[in-house]
Amino acid sequence: MEGAANGATTGAWQRAVRALELLAVDPAGLGGLWLRARSGPVRDRYVAALPALPLGLRKLHPAIGDDALFGGLDLAATLAEGRPARARGLLADPAALVLTMAERCPPGLAARLAAALDTGPGHSLIVMDEGAEPAEAAPETLTDRLAFHVELDGLAHGDAPQVQLDPAAIAAAAAGLEGVVLSPELLADIPALAARLGIDGLRAPLLTLRAARALAALDGANTVSAEHLAEAAALVLAPRATVLPESTAEDTPPDPPEPDEVPEPPDQNDPPESDASEEEMPQQLPAELLLEAVAAALPPDLLARLAAQKARRAGPSSTGTGTKRKGNRRGRPLPSRPGRLDGTSRLDLVATLRAAAPWQGLRRTQARTPRTLHVRAEDIRLKRYEDRADRLLIFTVDASGSAALARLAEAKGAVELLLAEAYARRDHVALVAFRGEGAETLLPPTRSLVQTKRRLAELPGGGGTPLAAGLQAAMALAEQAQSHGMTPTLCLLTDGKANIALDGTASRGQAAEDAQRVARAARASDLPALVIDMSKRPQPGLRALAETLDAPYVPLPRADAKGLSQAVTGALTD
Amino acid sequence: MKDFAATMPKDRTAEAAKRPFPFSAIVGQEEMKTAMVLTAIDPGIGGVLVFGDRGTGKSTAVRALAALLPPIEAVAGCPVNAARPEDCPDWAEIADETLVSKPTPVIDLPLGATEDRVTGTLDIEKALAQGVKAFEPGLLARANRGYLYIDEVNLLEDHIVDLLLDVAQSGENVVEREGLSIRHPARFVLVGSGNPEEGELRPQLLDRFGLSVEVASPTDIDERIEVIRRRDAYETDRAGFLDDWDDKDAALRARIVAAKVRLPEVDAPEPILRACAELCVALGSDGLRGELTLLRAGRALAAYQDLEEVTTDQLRAVAASCLRHRLRRDPLDEAGSTTRVARTVDEILG
Repeated sequence: MEGAANGATTGAWQRAVRALELLAVDPAGLGGLWLRARSGPVRDRYVAALPALPLGLRKLHPAIGDDALFGGLDLAATLAEGRPARARGLLADPAALVLTMAERCPPGLAARLAAALDTGPGHSLIVMDEGAEPAEAAPETLTDRLAFHVELDGLAHGDAPQVQLDPAAIAAAAAGLEGVVLSPELLADIPALAARLGIDGLRAPLLTLRAARALAALDGANTVSAEHLAEAAALVLAPRATVLPESTAEDTPPDPPEPDEVPEPPDQNDPPESDASEEEMPQQLPAELLLEAVAAALPPDLLARLAAQKARRAGPSSTGTGTKRKGNRRGRPLPSRPGRLDGTSRLDLVATLRAAAPWQGLRRTQARTPRTLHVRAEDIRLKRYEDRADRLLIFTVDASGSAALARLAEAKGAVELLLAEAYARRDHVALVAFRGEGAETLLPPTRSLVQTKRRLAELPGGGGTPLAAGLQAAMALAEQAQSHGMTPTLCLLTDGKANIALDGTASRGQAAEDAQRVARAARASDLPALVIDMSKRPQPGLRALAETLDAPYVPLPRADAKGLSQAVTGALTD
Repeated sequence: MKDFAATMPKDRTAEAAKRPFPFSAIVGQEEMKTAMVLTAIDPGIGGVLVFGDRGTGKSTAVRALAALLPPIEAVAGCPVNAARPEDCPDWAEIADETLVSKPTPVIDLPLGATEDRVTGTLDIEKALAQGVKAFEPGLLARANRGYLYIDEVNLLEDHIVDLLLDVAQSGENVVEREGLSIRHPARFVLVGSGNPEEGELRPQLLDRFGLSVEVASPTDIDERIEVIRRRDAYETDRAGFLDDWDDKDAALRARIVAAKVRLPEVDAPEPILRACAELCVALGSDGLRGELTLLRAGRALAAYQDLEEVTTDQLRAVAASCLRHRLRRDPLDEAGSTTRVARTVDEILG
């Protein structure tokens, strides 16, 4: 038999090939396949087998436009023939759509493709995802609809033998698919299993059933057996697991088994046994059998992956650049749209001429003055670009007595350094200070370095520490900035000794609690933040606050504003 | 009344393949189903927004709604489904002026739709071949007197949203092209669905939806099994499955039609009006739209439940759907808007 390590990787490859085989049997019903692998010989070998799918392959890329997807007027043919000729879109006929570089797929395209999968003429989607980081992946809108999640990274070329699918067997299975019956008892096991694996949506269990039917059809059976279901669960459910299932059987370890324990896929070596057990297996604890099959296929780094998925939810704000927005001045080009020339936008000449072209004949007959080209206002097409929004750094500075005693001056120096950098990056800055009984926005979002420096220098110290009020003022500012298309980041400088509650009462406990409450609200609104501790020694309370904010916590390095600036830049561009 | 769903075509399987999942067969999701039924009883409530996670059956429910809507009387050849021949737009050049019973239109507005396709444009074919200016109506014309469904509504392009807001406000679609000025009525009920993780909805658009519901996957295992069982049956034996549920859908439709007839007679006594206002004031929902929706939805529910007047029970039942999307955001309140509504309802209605 193969060595231990080989066993696991061969298992992964076999499952990957099996997924492809099933997809060939029921391409539309199973939705498709999410192939997560960096470009390389192993992926090439896998991709080389894609033409085995019964549908034609059509390639899509993340920047594909609606014209190409849905079709439209074919201008050249239309003008040549004098009657409208429509170009068929890629989505018009059933096809195996191959989406390359899917990790860059924008949500709009994902939604269009998802709609095509749901209501289209029977597409199958192959999502090729080359994401380097765990957080960089194809949109879940799509992957949720695809039965198989295949991961090839980490497989050696030697573990991945040439894929050979038997077209005759696949065609026979596809023909027999409709007659396959599934008993209600077996059906009931799948949602239960999905729940134990922490799979929330209901698409995964449905896809498992379809995969089980396809497996049975491949076996030439007309009923789905427990083995079929177990293999289908290993293929469909295991990669989606979000919790490690706890087994009710004593001897099954809750963790994924060691590689050498990986059982052969049930159908591989012992067809006679699976035949014999077809009648009795369903009565024999099918739930445990299913769970074992899935546990064997669980990715070994499941927990690390879950953390990455959670990070991905945190959204685009964590990438260090502003979020996207549309404009008509600069950035990545988008399809143009009709509009009026108003001096602020740019004309898309080609699109305008295209829009005018079909009407030339009509206009010529009606025009009073003979002209070769009739372009009218409604033909005007404007260019649109996708641009990164400006970033706004909201400095929220603690100017209380305790902070002044500590190192307000140093903090001011640090802020000035950050300002200079923000200026160099063309970021906007805003300044909120809190002292005494409340907070004050000293400077609304601006790019003026001089003004900010002056306000900062004028900032007096003294009074209580209304930390919660400061955070709240910063949040209000952030929300306002967001509605103006900016991407705000909160930078909090404080010694963390909150002693004024939100309602203005001097109470240390209430003040700390209020600060936590506001921090939770900021976290809920996905406001990226950074906490700088300017007290003499690091405050555990402030570290807890940073955790609530899900923000990096930076103790102000002693007398080293430069070090701070590095820390901040590092935290922001992570 | 002619029952179009009951007329079985000859090729049963082929026809069944196109039919959506039956509304009555949707397991659980009571709030969403009620909202759909209410908007079917009184389109004046103003549509439903369904927000929820992936795979919770949002689109399924909306597509199933079509089968529940009572048919409308419309001029046979009219592109905007006008109720009387004199209401047909001039440009339509109606050939057939007989009145027929049509299914209430439920028009899909796909994300990729261009402005031309939404508003309508000049008929290119006629322009090229005959040099004639003729208007080719768009999705808004077809949706008149019906429903306009937008899946993933939060991802809709801004300029299409602007256009919809404008038309939904005025009830009229105006197209200017090639010296033609075309206008036609475009009164429709907006139905949208989306996944909040993928983007927020502009408050102006949010406001156009009368009801909003949040859906989640059922947590009860038996309920989940039942969902899978029915969906599996639908996918593997569609014709048989639809046969099984046709009666239930027909009964539900009959109940909706009866409620529609009863609706004008349902009373809303003074204390109920007061309760509506108090609820909205306590929740700080902007404008009067919240109160009006609350009252209309309460009345529709009372009609559906065969009651003669609205009671606090109905208000309680519809308050969350009517108000949760109209609250001003309170960043310090960690409870979701659903909880806030529930809390206020308990305080005011006792």
